Amino acid sequence: MLAAAWGAFTLALAGATGATVRFLFPNVLYDPPQEFKAGFPSEFSVDAVDTRFKASHGVWIIREARGFYVLSTVCTHLGCTPNWLSADEKFKCPCHGSGFVKSGVNVEGPAPRPLERYKVTFAEDGQLLIDKNTKFQEEKGQWTMDGAYLPFVG
Amino acid sequence: MDKILAFITGTQLWKSLFRHGYPDTPRNRTLAVLSNVVLHLHPVKVRRSGIRLSYTWCMGGLTFFLFLIETITGLLLMFYYRPTAELAYQDIFALREHVPIGVMREVHRWSAHLMVITVWLHMYRVFLTGSYKPPREFNWNVGVILLVITLLLSFTGYLLPWDQLAVWAITVGTNMARATPFIGHEGPGAALLSFGGLNFIHAGDDVRFGLLGGRFVGEAALLRFYVLHCLGFPLVAAGLMAVHFWRVRKDGGISGPL
Repeated sequence: MLAAAWGAFTLALAGATGATVRFLFPNVLYDPPQEFKAGFPSEFSVDAVDTRFKASHGVWIIREARGFYVLSTVCTHLGCTPNWLSADEKFKCPCHGSGFVKSGVNVEGPAPRPLERYKVTFAEDGQLLIDKNTKFQEEKGQWTMDGAYLPFVG
Repeated sequence: MDKILAFITGTQLWKSLFRHGYPDTPRNRTLAVLSNVVLHLHPVKVRRSGIRLSYTWCMGGLTFFLFLIETITGLLLMFYYRPTAELAYQDIFALREHVPIGVMREVHRWSAHLMVITVWLHMYRVFLTGSYKPPREFNWNVGVILLVITLLLSFTGYLLPWDQLAVWAITVGTNMARATPFIGHEGPGAALLSFGGLNFIHAGDDVRFGLLGGRFVGEAALLRFYVLHCLGFPLVAAGLMAVHFWRVRKDGGISGPL
């Protein structure tokens, strides 16, 4: 009888603890959207670094003659936000001076690796669809994978 | 003067508050402390060596005093601070510019720095006097946990002004959490906990996610850190301090031989 009581107590305690831990992991997040449309290809000039989505979504969108790629605005040193200096043709981080060229490769300062790229594809309506849930790291050879670069000649 | 005193002490109000006169024997004096809800928190008698600064440094006492300062100044700050991304920064600004005695936030911050310093010095003193040796090992361990709680209080409080220093410091700190073995999604062992291609520990449910209440340092993290800072850690610290002080009392008081 006593064993049953202790058993019930232990079960109740374990259940309450489990419920408390589960309570702390929310099911709904109020983050800005990780997947978003960035407009039609014609809205981007060739060889330009587009900074219109830097503050709102944390991305730079670069259009080359061959197509598009999207860089993350998180410096790979300690996570600050670099600035695009068009005169010097490089991204420069104000925190500790990390420098990245237009492709995202790190060339100066304490950054240990290139900026990360996000997946970019075409949405059904033809707009650029950027998915920040999928990232591509150059040092792992992932920039040649599908989605890291969006071929477009227009 | 004596007549006024005699009158006051004869009133029912006085006699209901102070039911007995001054205790007159050692036994009664001891009982007066032991049977009083406030006074009994302090021991009846203290060894002479217990008040020698060259023996104890008084760092433990100072740490507790600073904890009380933090509690009071923190409570006062809570009347003006709102833990949302929209309002946190301007409320801290207002505490300096619009609230009387505009240094309350600074006093809270300086006392926090001092408390970290005194808690380390206290630990150092306990080590130098060998007061961690058996039978006092358990209390040393409780003290270590209290040290960690103190540092966590500093960590959680640092986020609350919601300025650049705060956001990036907590970003770096919680990014370290995701490298924890097993419970961090970028740590060793996390990849082992996956079945059939489904990761059980990923960016959406590892310990960093639980700490931040999300994937980034956002409004959810601010609220969580606020609750932890004002209620969670102080309650745990208070409970552990009760154990910590009781253990000293049980062994005969501070600065006593084995």
